[in-house]
Amino acid sequence: MSQPRLPKCVNKMSKPSNFCPGCGHSLTLKNLGFVIDDLRISSSTIFATDIGCSLLAWDYFDIDTVQSHHGRAASIAVGLKRALPKTTVISYMGDGGGYSIGLNHLVGAARRNEAITVILVNNTLYAMTGGQMAPTTYKGESTSSTPEGSFAKEDPFLGPEFLAPICHKEAFLARTSVDNPIQIKKYIKKAIQNQKNGNFSLVEVLSYCPTNWKTDAKRTINFFDYLKGFYKTGVIKGEQ
Amino acid sequence: MIFLQTEDEPAAGFGVLGAALGGKKSWTATAAAGHLLLQDAVVAAEAMRIPFVAYIGQRGGPSTGTVIYSQQELSIARDGGNGEGLRIVLGPSNLQELYDLTILAFDLAWRYHLPVFILGDGYLSKMTGEVDLSAKARVVKADPIVQNGKRVMNLRNCYSLEEEIARVLHRELKDYGSIAKEVEKSEVYKCTDAKIVVFAWGSVASATKEAVKKIRKDGHAVGLFRPITLKPFGATRAKQSVRNAKKILIVESAFGKFGRLVTEALFGISDIEVERLYKPAEGITPEEIEDKIRKML
Ligand SMILES: Cc1ncc(C[n+]2csc(CCOP(=O)(O)OP(=O)(O)O)c2C)c(N)n1
Ligand code: SF4
Repeated sequence: MSQPRLPKCVNKMSKPSNFCPGCGHSLTLKNLGFVIDDLRISSSTIFATDIGCSLLAWDYFDIDTVQSHHGRAASIAVGLKRALPKTTVISYMGDGGGYSIGLNHLVGAARRNEAITVILVNNTLYAMTGGQMAPTTYKGESTSSTPEGSFAKEDPFLGPEFLAPICHKEAFLARTSVDNPIQIKKYIKKAIQNQKNGNFSLVEVLSYCPTNWKTDAKRTINFFDYLKGFYKTGVIKGEQ
Repeated sequence: MIFLQTEDEPAAGFGVLGAALGGKKSWTATAAAGHLLLQDAVVAAEAMRIPFVAYIGQRGGPSTGTVIYSQQELSIARDGGNGEGLRIVLGPSNLQELYDLTILAFDLAWRYHLPVFILGDGYLSKMTGEVDLSAKARVVKADPIVQNGKRVMNLRNCYSLEEEIARVLHRELKDYGSIAKEVEKSEVYKCTDAKIVVFAWGSVASATKEAVKKIRKDGHAVGLFRPITLKPFGATRAKQSVRNAKKILIVESAFGKFGRLVTEALFGISDIEVERLYKPAEGITPEEIEDKIRKML
């Protein structure tokens, strides 16, 4: 069966969206929208965006949406879920917000096994502010704050792998990539199911940022394939 | 009741916001550096008009400091963050007020959808004493903001155009102006004929009142002006309270944070002498205040 072009839960008034052409956020959100449609949960879902390009999704859905600051999209989601345990709370953030400035909140929520779902878009840099280096920046990757190539000697930060040992045994952690819509939808569905079962879940989506990567379509795909060599997709904790 | 110990103050602040968005009365407490971190959530509350309540047990500073006396967090509570400080700050001066003003804080936060601070100190937080709990709390319902059964809410606190944020700010400032008139609260104690009016707030005001009472007994015309809402600050009543005064004295456990508010409120009155008893991060006894006033007689 062919899929409609846009999910039903999308707020048509907000289109065209504010994302750059070719941005991975649009693809991620679209697939998230399809899952919300499939599960018929749009009226009982609360979407919490962060600061960063994720915030451009503040009116993307015809769904209750709130916006917070770096990584605090997890904390506000915790408060929402505790107040309204029957809702589905989805926290949506970038790698800079989630893994650097606000990492403490992911650690806290994961440690306490808060029943929220985090979708974290990893484009390997701070996109909204002009493409500075993030903890996810690949060794040698050129960014606006490291024009000669990242000076990081360590491997980039692997979020789900970092959280895995500190999470509750029932937590669900996975990484998928924006070029694999079937897997994105599968993992997001599992993550939401895990929230319904009362557990924490996080899906990292490896994503494109052609604007800050300064890549055309072909070079975007090439760099993305290169990143996938390090950022392995799959379930990192939980059922396959 | 749900109690949650979070990883840090931003998490506590944003957790409180999440719960308030979901229609539950929620609050948090912190001090000093934690208060700075909490302001992150407070500006979000201001921007999205979400009810928010926090108790602050002020600590001596700079930095993380001592834990009993201080009135140094007044400016952060009033104006912390990069907004226009659209919040209400209450200053209890004794245990009874700590109880009553906490009830009021919830009432105001949910009535006006604004952040409300109860600005105490370690002295108030740690003391024990008798409190009359019979006052009935006015109950403002905490309706959910999201999942409200009426319409989908798309809330944000980040704007990309100056004109856009300016429009929002002007609307909010206007609204705050009319709220301010309704909530301003102060205690004016024996100021009508006072030649000397002492300005103090919080637990320092309790000590000041003792001193003023004692000097009154000797027949001297001394009064006390004590703001209960430190924001909004009741400038009109403050001005009225010094109508017959020749001198004022400002007493605080900080170096002029409160003093600047007082002189701003009294701006335009020129024929009045201003004395100060500033003891940043130290307690102030009734005797010290009495001494100071007697020297001014
Ligand atoms: C506490 C705080 N620090 C810094 C900023 C500035 N800032 C805004 S967006 C952003 C980058 C966000 O990057 P990321 O989370 O990776 O999301 P992306 O834009 O890449 O989707 C930064 C640093 C801010 N708004 N707040
Ligand atoms: S800057 Fe990058 S992440 Fe942000 S909208 Fe543009 S392509 Fe997407």
